[in-house]
Amino acid sequence: MKTAINKTMPSSAEGMSRVDGRLKVTGAAKYSAEYTPKGLTYGVLAGSTITKGNIIAIDTKAAERAPGVLAVITHLNAPKVPGDQPEKGKAADAKGALKVFYDDKIYYNGQPVAIVVADTFERALFAASLVKAQYKTEKHITSLPDNRDKGFPPRGEGTYKRGTEDAWKLAPFKVEQEYIVPTVTHNPMELHAIIANWDTDNKLTVWDKTQGVKDTQGDLAHLFKLPKENVQVHSQFVGGAFGSALRTWPHEVAAILAAKVVKRPVKVVLSRADMFTSVGYRPFTWQKIGIGATADGKLTGITHEAAGQTSSYENFTEGPTGVSQSLYACPNVNTKYHLVALDIATPTWMRGPGEATGAFALESALDELSYQLKLDPVELRLRNYAQTDPGSGKPFSSKFLNEAYQLGSDHIGWKDRKQEPGTVKQNGWYVGYGMGGGMFGAYRAGATIRAKFNADGTLLLQSAVSDIGPGTGTAMVLIAAEQLGIPAEKIRFELGDSSLPNAPTQGGSATTASVGSAVYKACADLKEKFQKLAGNGATNNPDYTKILKDSGLPSLEVVSETDGGNGMQKYAMNSWSVHFVKVLVNAATGVVKIDKVACVSDCGKVISPKTARSQVIGGAIGGLGMALMEESIIDHRYGRYINNNFADYHVPVNADIPQIDALFVNKPDPIINPMGAKGMAEIALIGMAAAVANAVYNASGKRVRDLPITPDKVMA
Amino acid sequence: MKQFQYVRPATLKAALDVIGKPGVKVIAGGTNLIDLMKRGVTAPDKLVDINHLGLVDHQSLKDITETKTGLYLGSLALNSVVSENNMVAKRHPLLAMALKAGASPQLRNMATVGGNMMQRTRCGYFYDTTMPCNKRVPGTGCGAMEGINRMHAIFGASQQCIAVHPSDMCVALAALDATVHIAGKKGERKLPFTQFHRLPGEHPDLDNNLAKDELIVGIEIPDNNFAQNSYYLKIRDRQSYAFALVSVAAALEIENGIIKNARLAMGGVAHKPWRLFDAEKALTGKQPTEENFAQAATLAMQGAIGHGGNSFKLKLAPATITEALKHAAGLV
Repeated sequence: MKTAINKTMPSSAEGMSRVDGRLKVTGAAKYSAEYTPKGLTYGVLAGSTITKGNIIAIDTKAAERAPGVLAVITHLNAPKVPGDQPEKGKAADAKGALKVFYDDKIYYNGQPVAIVVADTFERALFAASLVKAQYKTEKHITSLPDNRDKGFPPRGEGTYKRGTEDAWKLAPFKVEQEYIVPTVTHNPMELHAIIANWDTDNKLTVWDKTQGVKDTQGDLAHLFKLPKENVQVHSQFVGGAFGSALRTWPHEVAAILAAKVVKRPVKVVLSRADMFTSVGYRPFTWQKIGIGATADGKLTGITHEAAGQTSSYENFTEGPTGVSQSLYACPNVNTKYHLVALDIATPTWMRGPGEATGAFALESALDELSYQLKLDPVELRLRNYAQTDPGSGKPFSSKFLNEAYQLGSDHIGWKDRKQEPGTVKQNGWYVGYGMGGGMFGAYRAGATIRAKFNADGTLLLQSAVSDIGPGTGTAMVLIAAEQLGIPAEKIRFELGDSSLPNAPTQGGSATTASVGSAVYKACADLKEKFQKLAGNGATNNPDYTKILKDSGLPSLEVVSETDGGNGMQKYAMNSWSVHFVKVLVNAATGVVKIDKVACVSDCGKVISPKTARSQVIGGAIGGLGMALMEESIIDHRYGRYINNNFADYHVPVNADIPQIDALFVNKPDPIINPMGAKGMAEIALIGMAAAVANAVYNASGKRVRDLPITPDKVMA
Repeated sequence: MKQFQYVRPATLKAALDVIGKPGVKVIAGGTNLIDLMKRGVTAPDKLVDINHLGLVDHQSLKDITETKTGLYLGSLALNSVVSENNMVAKRHPLLAMALKAGASPQLRNMATVGGNMMQRTRCGYFYDTTMPCNKRVPGTGCGAMEGINRMHAIFGASQQCIAVHPSDMCVALAALDATVHIAGKKGERKLPFTQFHRLPGEHPDLDNNLAKDELIVGIEIPDNNFAQNSYYLKIRDRQSYAFALVSVAAALEIENGIIKNARLAMGGVAHKPWRLFDAEKALTGKQPTEENFAQAATLAMQGAIGHGGNSFKLKLAPATITEALKHAAGLV
């Protein structure tokens, strides 16, 4: 963010607007694909058209002869990746991702088999269509439901037990149901892109879409056996990622290899179709929940089984059963989590990884139980409210979920909900209300900030964090403004550059808690330095520019580092959310319209109200998409996605989205960091799908347990 | 995308001189053709841009004009312009509704009436050049028949192809008894709109009955008495920018509580806009009641066949017909 921020941030009751807002809406923000280093060339990947087997021949002659083509790289001529694990036959690289152009083996449909580099994108695209591979195919499997019997427990994880196993079976009121969350693809608006350039034989620069410039730097240094400082990663702006840019993927390595071959910068931008096979997805997950309660609604047992898909070359694990272990006070809980290895690309973390999947099942099952008990679903949750962490017995660092329930109920008009489904009709549409809650671990990692206060009264903050859209720069500026008592307009936050001081990858809703703590400390360190400088003249409200002037200094700089926080192991730390949804259902045609949404977050103190609100709205829309329309569909005969484009893979559009109100408990967490701020990105989505499914049931009496809730599943 | 030539003829005659040859494709709005070229589904050697043709019979192909017996839409009239046109809104609100239910505002600002008629199916197997598809490459088989066919046809399909025509506009025009005006080297001919698109039969590669050396120049909609009681109901997976699972164009002429005339057509169920002649007949002379609508809907479903993924349409389609008729009759 190089542009001055003054005059771009109209303040309002909602809080300060994002510091990079003007750059983004005017197109001035430069994303990774938009850089034009001298001599730039264009790489296009050619993907496998089979799902499993070997390449027996690959004809690149026509592509090589096509106009403008500089190189065609396949497993037959690709330079070696020096940091790859040496064992022959091992598909994954040192970082667990698929080794690109490594050998003739095909592990999934769409796997890159060649990269064509040309002087223009159009020529590269055309030439890539001329690469013809011949394959020896093997029988593949891509369907989780058809192969659930092949499940295996992930190493060191998978089962959990407290109390008696399957205690729910003995309860007077019980529910046992299966739930499906299909493959859902992140599909951020910005396509994944990288520009790679070898400045010298052992110095690499990349402009790359990544959630962590330091992680990418580390990965690339490892893979190409370079000193870290010889790898420069730029990621100034990221147009959404939702987890898809948390790791280094094969297309990034492919671009770097290609740049080595053509000795010029190479740009690779994935196509929308590539996005389905190249940068992970939320894994298809089957779940079964058994849950039982006493007549007065006290939970007696939860059994939660889950089977999620992974690739054949790498085990991807997340925690879908975690919510059942921790969300409610329940004496007996046992969970089991299996992986099923399929001939597909590896999944990855997607907003609310694990918890979003698990919460759909648990919060749906709890809703089903509430109807058996003839008990209000909110009341059922309050009767099983966990005051301490049910698994560890530790106190929570903070938990005000009960207040969130109240806020949300009041806001949506929960008192108008009728317990009996299908009893409220307006203008031919059934009206229903539903709710679903979520939780996500509140994390904090170490981070370093360089803060430089200049004689003109401006403050520059620098840290190698990414901002994938939530408004990290904005929140950091607000923390510094408050701590130093200077106007936000005077502060600039630089990020997205691996040469800046260390910061964690933007993921797990931890950035504000982590980097914010470092900003907080840097401000304290600066203040202290100013006070020392002022000597006897020190006051509580120092005039920093005057002190600099009096001391004859052009600026004052500190580099402040924070760790992941102390004394936290005594606490269970989570952010909490609950979503309330009012829906309209046309019973004849199965159409579901979302009428009103209230999302309540208990995420500690809200640092930046306006961007926080935006982030919750975005997460809620992601949750509505997961609930109503998102599904990446494979034709299992071919192992290929059939709806890998934005006409057929549906994400919500404006017409689907009603007013979404983001509410905050806004009480600081006393443990996590001095600001009291916990994460909020994941919880904005977790629980939303169940809230919608529960509302659809309340409206129509139709219970949909396999997402998405499309008209064909709802109609009478 | 393969390199291609681009020509921009200035007259209809000049355009007719260049089209019809192998490897030549006509481009108007390009909202579908460009996609198909990007995906490699079609790879023309030459594009003939017809957006700049001069006057034909003293009027622009972009004009919307009154004729003695109806309303005439030039084939290059934009979907957005037609949908907002006052005469269309007043005389044929059904058409305006159908147009607004299609695509997105950005696409409607580019798409033309003729191009809308000429758009290809959105079947995923047609779009993926590694998959079998008799429409794209005759003789390779139908990927959808035993595959993912949730969006596919329940009427009029063949063993060769179960694709559907994706248009909303065409469903309304089929219901409104429109006529297609077609120009060829030998002059102009007219074709009833319902006979413009064809069923797949043994030649699923042919979407319609327009010869390769012909151009659509306009659509004529005869005057009618349906404006008071018409409705376009589109059921889809999201509220905008999604193709129809099922859509229904319903138009009624009601006099003294009796249906004097009825028009019904469905989208998302066949290789062409699916006109429901039997149901129309059954409604004529009846009272506009939900029971009568449901009976007509049942009648309309005769001959429907599900293929697994799309079998839900056997239930959804009659429900949508009934709902659309209720809206048209003002019962909702």
